[in-house]
Amino acid sequence: MTGAQGLNEPRMSASRMDGVFLALIAGAVILWFAPVGMGRYGTYVLSLWLVTAVAVMGLNLTLGIAGLKSLAQAAFMGIGAYATALLTTKAGMGWFPAFAISGALCFAVGLVLGFPALRVKAHYLAFVTLAFSTLVWLVLRNEQWLTGGVFGLPNIPRPVLFGLRLDGALAFHRFVVGVTLVLALILWWLIRSPWGRAFLALRENPVRAASLGIDIRAYTLLAFAIGSAYAGFAGALYAPLVEFIDPSPFQLSASFFLLLMVVAGGSGYQLGPFVGALLGVVLPEWLRFTGGLYLIIFAAIVVALLIACPQGVLGLIERGWLAMTRKPASANLPAKGKLP
Amino acid sequence: MAEFLAYLIAGLATGAIYALAAIGFTLVWQTSQTINFAQGEFVMLPAILILLAVKLFAMPVWLGVIIGIVVFVVIFGWGFKVIIVDPMIRHGVLPLAIATMALSIIMKEGAKDGFSAEAQRFPSIIPSETVLFLGVSISLQHIAIITVACLAIGTLQWFVTQTKTGRQMQAAAQNPGVALILGIPVAQMVLLTFLINAALAALASILISPVYLAKFSNGEVIGLFAFIAAIVGGFNQVRGALAGGLIVGVIDSLAAAYISTTYRLAVPLVLLVVIILVKPEGLFGRQEERKI
Repeated sequence: MTGAQGLNEPRMSASRMDGVFLALIAGAVILWFAPVGMGRYGTYVLSLWLVTAVAVMGLNLTLGIAGLKSLAQAAFMGIGAYATALLTTKAGMGWFPAFAISGALCFAVGLVLGFPALRVKAHYLAFVTLAFSTLVWLVLRNEQWLTGGVFGLPNIPRPVLFGLRLDGALAFHRFVVGVTLVLALILWWLIRSPWGRAFLALRENPVRAASLGIDIRAYTLLAFAIGSAYAGFAGALYAPLVEFIDPSPFQLSASFFLLLMVVAGGSGYQLGPFVGALLGVVLPEWLRFTGGLYLIIFAAIVVALLIACPQGVLGLIERGWLAMTRKPASANLPAKGKLP
Repeated sequence: MAEFLAYLIAGLATGAIYALAAIGFTLVWQTSQTINFAQGEFVMLPAILILLAVKLFAMPVWLGVIIGIVVFVVIFGWGFKVIIVDPMIRHGVLPLAIATMALSIIMKEGAKDGFSAEAQRFPSIIPSETVLFLGVSISLQHIAIITVACLAIGTLQWFVTQTKTGRQMQAAAQNPGVALILGIPVAQMVLLTFLINAALAALASILISPVYLAKFSNGEVIGLFAFIAAIVGGFNQVRGALAGGLIVGVIDSLAAAYISTTYRLAVPLVLLVVIILVKPEGLFGRQEERKI
């Protein structure tokens, strides 16, 4: 399998990683104040962007860092959202334990699902997750006693932080900013850690990674399970954000859409998910006039990007930056010589 | 028993459709390492194109069928290879697989916005009647689907194994490097598999649409079953995909009848996981050697 390395070759120098850290902090500060004066709906769109970005971050770990195709990210998000909704409404639990349980549940399901598939071949995961997506959707739709079926679950409460109710759009948005920042920093740390290096090694050359003593199966499974847990976290944020959930946003096509966001932003780049989710969630708001055609436009943009620059928007920017600063090309181009 | 036979035949009919889709999928995967996630949409779209041609130009159905198939094979056989696969394959398998997902969204949304969001009737040559045979009521359409699909697959199998071009195609799939040295036009052979894939998809579309109506979202289920059929049968062989398709179709039909109609889609998932655990190379597949 020489397939995976084409998408990207993120440079891993220490200074670059600090750039990511600074960008995350700066972004959080900007987004903390951004919605002032934007109204309820504008604030909601910004929050939705961040929540989607969390799910895309998880998928970026699975796809961009470990090179696995998961077609169930939206289904995992659905599991997280329904778990949080049920625990906070019917079981009367607080949001924080519900959030933790949602993530843990998705992590566990990821392990169970990934184990048989990854035992064989990495791309079998795609088909197992594809079928799993359909199954989750069926359960959400059919098990009315639990999930409310197509009528969904209404009145999902927003979290309470230190006795402070976060019911307002702005207060909840700031809460989302905080949680997203923490989740992004955890992932940032994880990718810098030896684990992250091992994930990268897997994507680049599984056989060589194995010969270096990396337990391929354990690490691929772990990458997939962590990626799925992030979808669970995203779902746990999504449920109180929209306050009403039904099965439709967790369909298979939504999982495809999340994958396209990973690629559009720049798969493997740590800030890629934010750019990808921006293109997938916020841009449609500005392109309202295209009506239902937005999905087609977005998908076509991704195809064009994949043909011209598989590294996504961030890869395109980086390429432009390198061309402008005129560093010696040989030192910066991907080592594998995948570019024309 | 009569009921069981009726379900069995209905299952074989849908299974034959899944087999057509699975065979094309397998061929394309073998020759170009393209995992086509839009395979289900490939089966959905031809019927829509035909209906569109008939509606827009007020042409007779038979002409619409011919034009629809030709347009589809040119765009999604030749065009798919030249515009999407060729420029992208050098980046690796992963970007290409994702591009086919994008393509599936484009095809699905395009059919919805460009044609109709509602299921449309699709004309059938075969009357939708049932005949009584030995106490079993059999739908003529199901029999026709099974017959046509088996003829098409038989012809394909003959072509691949018995003709010179077919054997060249196999060689190009198994070892492109050596095939090239032996003077086989590998690029043309790869293109041929894409054309065959599109033609099989168009055939499947014409066969299934009179039964299940033409709708933009049909591709999801068909694609899922085709992927599972390909894995269950084993990726390496035409007969594997055929057997896989029939097995999946029959199991689906029987599960819907005897287990649960709401969870019929769960049955292939279980089958998939069982196959992956027990016989990961598929029922008829060969073990692939690992490339380093």
